[in-house]
Amino acid sequence: MVLSHRLGEWAGHAPVLEEDVALANIALDLLGQARVLLSLVGDEDELAYLREERAFRNLQLVEQPNGDFAHTIARQLYFSVYQHLLYERLAAGESEFTGLAAKAVKEVAYHRDHAEQWALRLGDGTEESHTRMQSGLDALWRFTGEMFQPVEGLDSTVDWQALESGWLAAVTDVVERAGLTLPAGRRTGGWAAGAGRQGLHTEPFGRMIAEMQHLHRSHPGASW
Amino acid sequence: MAAVTADQTTQKTLGTEDAVDADRIAAFDAAVAADERIEPRDWMPDAYRATLVRQMAQHAHSEIIGMQPEANWITRAPSLRRKAILMAKVQDEAGHGLYLYSAAETLGTSREELLDKLHAGRQRYSSIFNYPTLTWADVGAIGWLVDGAAITNQVPLCRCSYGPYARAMVRICKEESFHQRQGYELLLALSRGTEAQHAMAQDAVNRWWWPSLMMFGPPDDASSHSEQSMAWKIKRHSNDELRRRFVDICVPQAEALGLKLPDPDIRWNEELGRHEFGAIDWAEFQAVLKGDGPCNEERITQRRRAHEEGAWVRDAAAAYAAKHAPAQSSPRTPAQHSATAHHVEETA
Repeated sequence: MVLSHRLGEWAGHAPVLEEDVALANIALDLLGQARVLLSLVGDEDELAYLREERAFRNLQLVEQPNGDFAHTIARQLYFSVYQHLLYERLAAGESEFTGLAAKAVKEVAYHRDHAEQWALRLGDGTEESHTRMQSGLDALWRFTGEMFQPVEGLDSTVDWQALESGWLAAVTDVVERAGLTLPAGRRTGGWAAGAGRQGLHTEPFGRMIAEMQHLHRSHPGASW
Repeated sequence: MAAVTADQTTQKTLGTEDAVDADRIAAFDAAVAADERIEPRDWMPDAYRATLVRQMAQHAHSEIIGMQPEANWITRAPSLRRKAILMAKVQDEAGHGLYLYSAAETLGTSREELLDKLHAGRQRYSSIFNYPTLTWADVGAIGWLVDGAAITNQVPLCRCSYGPYARAMVRICKEESFHQRQGYELLLALSRGTEAQHAMAQDAVNRWWWPSLMMFGPPDDASSHSEQSMAWKIKRHSNDELRRRFVDICVPQAEALGLKLPDPDIRWNEELGRHEFGAIDWAEFQAVLKGDGPCNEERITQRRRAHEEGAWVRDAAAAYAAKHAPAQSSPRTPAQHSATAHHVEETA
């Protein structure tokens, strides 16, 4: 839901019309997945609009501001490769997420392809695009460790270590094919790894949900 | 009747195109008269081509600029369902822009050229998108009134004499009708909601009603392109005729919504079998067209900024494509593209 919101901020601002379509399309897929997930737990709007910042459990990676197009693509690459590998595993297993994952894995495969193709174009395009893509990868690298922290309820179905090595191999492959360098350094963020899952977020997130929740909260009890 | 009009058309263009083969003119006029479609490879008068490029470009630009007032509310949509609907709608508009630019390109122009003209202020977009979206209800008012007016204008274009334009309009009108119903349903939810929501809906209708009527263009006696466009069967009905139809459609819909149209002069005229309505503020219309509307500056600035800030991305895609083109210098054919490698550029 959070990443979908960030992608929604691109509407009307993309570098080409095709990307306005593509980014909105990805945002819609992600919002659809979020609605299914939230509905498994309770009322989707109550969960989206009436939780405080500390009650959100999203990864810090997905709440990061869009930055330039390369920054957005770097975030998409890291996240969609992860999501694709995770959903493949969930779809193959048997849990309450199997149905969702089986449907979402097709959407996420498209998101991953989109991110990979753009990473190649930007990395192996012009000098400027190369520099920007590298800086997007570098800036977001520290938020990637969090994706592989154990998540309550999924631990029995997901081997996080195997997922992490699969992710690292896939991302390394794209980065190298794009002529870019895999960032070095910590992958645990400023907080301890897993902070987002504990409701510990980065500063831009508070402003994001202030904007997202404002109208809903201004009309308590109204239906839309 | 149609044949006579077409003959008159030809008389006008002959003066400037003496060299043109009279057989071609006759064939063109006969095709238009017989309600046949003109296709890209067919001969057509230069003025017909120019009129179509102007109109289709303006139409495409309107879809693109029209994303802005609605996208303004994506991040603040009050429920996840409404947010999904709005995102899908804005995505559709980008898609409509793409169809229309493609259709315009069949006339020998290019999307880049048309966008440059939009950014330079040399081609217009619909005056309606120069009004701001101040509340969530505006999203509903745009769906109901603005899309409603657009559909009233565009359904006859599905029978336009130029084939690629007519076919684009068939696809676009289907999606627009869907958006219009969603906008109406959004307003209905507000109108039947809390007092504050109802007031929000009424306020939005008050602000969008007159600008929506202006979408049909100047009155018939002041519309410079109308006569020629009707003779060429690009247009099928006059501005005033379509505007009257729209009012007739909206009056009962407003009643069903439980909202008032902000025009004390609206009344049913039994004799004419249609609604009469108050005078439009044509001075405001002219001011908005000239660039002095509430958001003209913001809309074009945002469009230019998106284009300029995206230049390095387009350059990167072009450089990548050049590097990874097949070794021989012959023009690339679709078969030489790998489906995945060009997925990004060819999403449309």
